[in-house]
Amino acid sequence: MTATEKYRNNFLQEVIANVEEGEWVRMCMQCGVCSGSCPLGPHWEHPPQEIFMMIRANKRQEVLSSSSMWYCTSCYNCIARCPRGLPITHIMHGLAHYGRKLGVAPKELPTIKFSMLFWENLVQKGRVNELKLGLRLYFMNGFMNGIKTALKMQKIGLGMFLTKRMTPMEMLGGHGCKDAKGLQAILKKAQQIEDAKTVKQG
Amino acid sequence: MPRQYSFYPGCSSQKGASSSNYQRSVETMCSVLDIQLNDIPDWNCCSASIGYSGGGELPRIALSARNLALSEQAHPDQDVVATCAACWLATREANERLQHDAQIMTETNQALAEAGLSVKANKKIRHMVEVLVEDIGYAEISSKVKKPLEGIKIAGYVGCQTNRPFGIAGESFENPVYLDNLIAALGADPVKNYEKKVSCCGGALAFSEPEKSQALIKDILQAAVDNGANMLVTPCPVCQMNTEVYQDQINQTYGTNFKIPVVYYSTLMDIAFGKSAKEAALDGQIIKAKQLEDLASK
Ligand code: SF4
Ligand code: SF4
Repeated sequence: MTATEKYRNNFLQEVIANVEEGEWVRMCMQCGVCSGSCPLGPHWEHPPQEIFMMIRANKRQEVLSSSSMWYCTSCYNCIARCPRGLPITHIMHGLAHYGRKLGVAPKELPTIKFSMLFWENLVQKGRVNELKLGLRLYFMNGFMNGIKTALKMQKIGLGMFLTKRMTPMEMLGGHGCKDAKGLQAILKKAQQIEDAKTVKQG
Repeated sequence: MPRQYSFYPGCSSQKGASSSNYQRSVETMCSVLDIQLNDIPDWNCCSASIGYSGGGELPRIALSARNLALSEQAHPDQDVVATCAACWLATREANERLQHDAQIMTETNQALAEAGLSVKANKKIRHMVEVLVEDIGYAEISSKVKKPLEGIKIAGYVGCQTNRPFGIAGESFENPVYLDNLIAALGADPVKNYEKKVSCCGGALAFSEPEKSQALIKDILQAAVDNGANMLVTPCPVCQMNTEVYQDQINQTYGTNFKIPVVYYSTLMDIAFGKSAKEAALDGQIIKAKQLEDLASK
């Protein structure tokens, strides 16, 4: 049975079972302090407090397909202030991840693309290659857009290059872990365990 | 005997990467303060605060757990120290999750076993500024000053992740004073009540949502300028990069006129300790810190 079928009528239970730190959602007392804390607050379709309310109101599709969580800057203002001690940042990341994994997160958001690129980049060699990551980021919206972004960023790139804070050598391989294979095996196993938990509970 | 730490440098510190200047200035600072940083062998990326789209909870914890396992093996008696705020935070969060959740601990060790590793998570995970404040202390730092940074007014921009959720012991979330104290210990003049001291620069979203993040950065710079600051100082590579490199674009968008240097605390300390511009990594400034260069060449 999939998570959707089992939890069709209880999104809160699904979040508790399958979302990072999801069990905390129950503890929210709807004071709204977190919602006033997000630096990109005006761009959130539903601020965190509303997201927690919607989870309890069973609004599964609206929550998981929302762009909201993807505007989280990981500033930790909310965690520092929440009177109930909810790990709000992690719940936002957890909901974002879960929605992306189920394929219901909005596809065209730059932060989703960037976040995916970042993860793929680090999994390849165990360390992030800033140049490849940057170039793929500029070109993620197609070739012409990429050229435009690259031109706009050219001056910054030049400044970074001249101060030795960026190197074209990264294109030829660049930094990485010696035991990238071992790291990949670890990640694969961790993923298997996590997937098994989701399926088992779902 | 130098103080020794198990060091997690992080991706952006590598040669030719965006905060390689931070790394160089830290090395100089540590040589003056008799601190020895022992690199965690074959460390890997921590996934910062942005890898969560692709990486779920357990894979992300496993990343940091591999670093901890390698540190436990190579430097069993040394605290882990990171210079990057995101590295420190991700590692410390993973460490605490492992300590407090027996199931996560078991599962993480199952994953690590794939590469013949295991983790105990029994170390303290510290940011370099904790080492400075708690192990070295302001008095000792002051005693090393050869060229006091007199007459330089500096906005201590603490930002988010060295301040929340853990922060530096004894400091408040809304107005931490350790950077101000450090600035004063070097003979410079800290901006009192810098309104944007703990405001967010957009973090990783400066890449993916540049316009929205630059609106935040503009306010951080404006508050520093309004308070008469000659420069900003920060303990975080993301803060440093975001507040320095986008000033031109912000000027274009908002018709402002920012050209204010943003330096690392370690660069500031190196100059005050009488080190050369090169040793302090001043050549890594995209916006040149002229006052510090002048002092270095005196
Ligand atoms: S601050 Fe905490 S208790 Fe208040 S609405 Fe937000 S999550 Fe709920
Ligand atoms: S960490 Fe995310 S959810 Fe919390 S206040 Fe910052 S942006 Fe909002």
